Amino acid sequence: PYTVEPSLYTVKAVLILDNDGERLYAKYYDDTYPTVKEQKAFEKNIFNKTHRTDSEIALLDGLTVVYKSNIDLYFYVIGSSHENELMLMSVLNCLFDSLSQMLRKNVEKRALLENMEGLFLAVDEIVDGGVILESDAQQVVHRVALRVGYLGRKRIKLVLRIIRLTCNLL
Amino acid sequence: MIKKFDKKDEESGSGSNPFQHLEKSAVLQEARIFNETPINPRRCLHILTKIIYLLNQGEHFGTTEATEAFFAMTRLFQSNDQTLRRMCYLTIKEMANISEDVIIVTSSLTKDMTGKEDIYRGPAIRALCRITDTTMLQAIERYMKQAIVDKVPSVSSSALVSSLHMVKMSYDVVKRWVNEAQEAASSDNIMVQYHALGLLYHLRKNDRLAVTKMLNTFTKSGLKSPFAYCMLIRIASRLLEETDGGHDSPLFDFIEGCLRNKHEMVVYEAASAIVHLPNCRARELAPAVSVLQLFCSSPKAALRYAAVRTLNKVAMKHPSAVTACNLDLENLITDSNRSIATLAITTLLKTGSESSVDRLMKQISSFVSEISDEFKVVVVQAISALCQKYPRKHSVMMNFLSNMLRDDGGFEYKRAIVDCIIGFIEENPESKETGLAHLCEFIEDCEHTVLATRILHLLGKEGPRTPTPSKYIRFIFNRVILESEAVRAAAVSALAKFGAQNDDLLPSVLVLLQRCMMDSDDEVRDRATFYMNVLQQKQKALNAAYIFNGLTVSVPGLEKSLHQYTLEPSEKPFDMKSVPLATTPINELKTELTPIVTTKLPEKVAPSRQDIYQEQLSAIPEFKGLGPLFKSSDPVQLTEAETEYVVRCIKHTFTNHIVFQFDCTNTLNDQLLQKVIVQMEPSEAYEVVHYVPAANLPYNQPSSCYTLVRLPDEDPTAVSCTFSCTMKYLVRDCDPNTGEPDEDGYDDEYLLEDLEVTVADHIQKVLKPNFGAAWEEVGDDFEKEETFALASVKTLEEAINNIISFLGMQPCERTDKVPENKNSHVLLLAGVFRGGHDILVRSRLALADGVTMQVTVRSKDEIPVDVILASVG
Repeated sequence: PYTVEPSLYTVKAVLILDNDGERLYAKYYDDTYPTVKEQKAFEKNIFNKTHRTDSEIALLDGLTVVYKSNIDLYFYVIGSSHENELMLMSVLNCLFDSLSQMLRKNVEKRALLENMEGLFLAVDEIVDGGVILESDAQQVVHRVALRVGYLGRKRIKLVLRIIRLTCNLL
Repeated sequence: MIKKFDKKDEESGSGSNPFQHLEKSAVLQEARIFNETPINPRRCLHILTKIIYLLNQGEHFGTTEATEAFFAMTRLFQSNDQTLRRMCYLTIKEMANISEDVIIVTSSLTKDMTGKEDIYRGPAIRALCRITDTTMLQAIERYMKQAIVDKVPSVSSSALVSSLHMVKMSYDVVKRWVNEAQEAASSDNIMVQYHALGLLYHLRKNDRLAVTKMLNTFTKSGLKSPFAYCMLIRIASRLLEETDGGHDSPLFDFIEGCLRNKHEMVVYEAASAIVHLPNCRARELAPAVSVLQLFCSSPKAALRYAAVRTLNKVAMKHPSAVTACNLDLENLITDSNRSIATLAITTLLKTGSESSVDRLMKQISSFVSEISDEFKVVVVQAISALCQKYPRKHSVMMNFLSNMLRDDGGFEYKRAIVDCIIGFIEENPESKETGLAHLCEFIEDCEHTVLATRILHLLGKEGPRTPTPSKYIRFIFNRVILESEAVRAAAVSALAKFGAQNDDLLPSVLVLLQRCMMDSDDEVRDRATFYMNVLQQKQKALNAAYIFNGLTVSVPGLEKSLHQYTLEPSEKPFDMKSVPLATTPINELKTELTPIVTTKLPEKVAPSRQDIYQEQLSAIPEFKGLGPLFKSSDPVQLTEAETEYVVRCIKHTFTNHIVFQFDCTNTLNDQLLQKVIVQMEPSEAYEVVHYVPAANLPYNQPSSCYTLVRLPDEDPTAVSCTFSCTMKYLVRDCDPNTGEPDEDGYDDEYLLEDLEVTVADHIQKVLKPNFGAAWEEVGDDFEKEETFALASVKTLEEAINNIISFLGMQPCERTDKVPENKNSHVLLLAGVFRGGHDILVRSRLALADGVTMQVTVRSKDEIPVDVILASVG
């Protein structure tokens, strides 16, 4: 067949790695990499090929990978090489923008790790079993509905940490 | 209070990842607090997060511990904390496959999915469908239908997408929700539109009429969602492809119209669809190419990448269509994204002129080490295409390839290079020695067994025919000393070929083979012993049969025949002629250059199409005594496309019979056909022996009937015959909806097109890698020669193609390719005639006004020779 089978199953995986290439989040939606070992090998490969450049898109293992990095985080969305690259891009942008809003523009490893539940819920709202569920970051943030009070507590924690660090320095 | 936070901080440590040293057992221990009253939402949430984090890292949970944690978690449904509840849904989904009895949460989820909290409803549906089976799905069917048409988009989307996931398992249930999905498709929300369209297509995709209707509705009504548009374009192009729809079809107009959509995603999808349509002509390509050209200068890397990748594909088939973009592509050569730069260069290599080749090659060598293997393969492909276009550039490219061969790279990449070099050697005889030298160097340090054995095979074939064959012996024998069993065995076979062809090398080859007889591996020892003994006879015919031209039988077929032979003790020796031939030449399978998608090599020799037919036919009692299946033809259509009944025929040739297999499809949904046969009236002395009817031919379920015909004994040269065919059957009208047939039926018939049996049906292709040796082996006992004038043929290529397709024989030694600017050519063909005799044809062609052809035929029996000459005349 010359043409792509019409299907809603667009996304093969969503990954977030840290600046050592370690997995912070990985969700695979099909059996391209059935075992944890194969997944980790793929992630290693992907990180090696992308972490030095900010090129946004690559072809790896016969798959299209769109990516984005920010401070110490690397975001990846993976689809078939026949997939519309811009569709994959819209998923990546939605994920990044949602997190950026939820983390108050503070998209870095520490903040992300303190809000893992927010990340889990956001990805769950963006992709369901490989189908793009929502591509509008505003909607995603609204549906995740982490209450401000909750994030607020994290903020207090942050402030306290800063105070403590300052005391130590003094 | 402050103290507490402090403590927590120390727990997470100053390290950057608070989850880094999580212990599964400790987390599961902590999960006991789920049972405490009152529930502490914040702590419980934290523990659930840890559990999901561990699962996400790939930590293995045993069934017992997972089930225990799952059951504890169910208690958290008592809390009204929103985030906690949402995390419960996630836990359910993550644990659906590891914990037992997950269905215990069904009622809680059903409550949430129909409750007042909109924030719960969507995720609850998704979690519920994750743990539901077909029976339970029927229990919640009413709620699912309501949810699909719910006015809250997240609820409707969740229900639609979950339904889509359920189609695989419960098609019949989900099918009943088509009306609801239809209603959802007219929603204002763009995602709901998209999901509804996806579900509708999935439910209807096997019903072409329904898909066409659906496309009509949606392309007219105009959707808002760019995703839905992309989906529509894919459905439309799939339909165009299936129906061979022309470019005047309204579907094509729709796709072309999408080139003017305001969303780049849709424009790109449309352009890509047009480019990928089969038989697309320059005029239809032009508008797609111009939008792709615009995208080449987009600030978005993904869009530039998508555009240049698609242009690269266009350039493979229609390089002239892309020349207009040359300037834009030149600008992309320096793109910081190396993938884009590589694609731009390889596209330019296809569209540019010969003069730009050197510059582009230099440019690409500057960063070839930075790109991924996939793109290196793209580069190799471009070079390979280039060699065919500009054969004069082959030394530049051979150098480039040999450098690439020395670099690091994976199997696919190396294989592409080796394929390309081998292609070179075969196309350009003058580059043979340089090419072989590069390959020799490569196998000195090659970790890929498949490639090493392939190259050794090539060395054995080509090496002995070079001016200095002795220089390859060292490279080959080194492999015997250093490599794995498979490579050693291949090296032994290659050595034997040198010994067989070059008398002065024979003594040294025998010495080397002697050493191989001491090898630790059986296969290597066996081969060495075998070749040693054959070579010592010093007989050309033996060399030809056992060293140059190997077995031509099908391997699974040989296995079966031998097994059969051992089951029935017999005085007669095993007859190789009773084994079906291999349908595709085993030795020279030219691997297509289609990497990108990594292919896993098959573990076992897969049975060929003919092996499968042999199996199917031998299961029919009437065909038991026919002997081995000699040849199965390609299917011949006996009806026009889009008629009431579609019939195609496959001709199976046996030693003295032909079985005609008629694959019939009934496309009328209000008819059931029974006792279907195809009656055949031969024009010659062929005798119809038996009809095997297809008992039932219901709507849209293909079934086969067979006609057995005996070949005439009296005149063995009467190989061609025309049959007029009529399909006869009993019709029972039936209810199109239920398929329930009427009690009574009536006889009817349907006239099919005539079917031809030609000389090609009596000959099976066989590849003789060394034709000269085979020619000597068969000898001139029954050689006959005749000259023919082909007045209507204007070129040598045309003459060659005609002869090959007419005789159905295998061209050898690449003689099917005519070198440029030649007026004469020798075509070498090999095959096996029905009954098992090798048949060889040497055809000298000369181009004057028409083409004059002198045909020399050899075989070990007279009949095949006469048949060939009679049919050519």
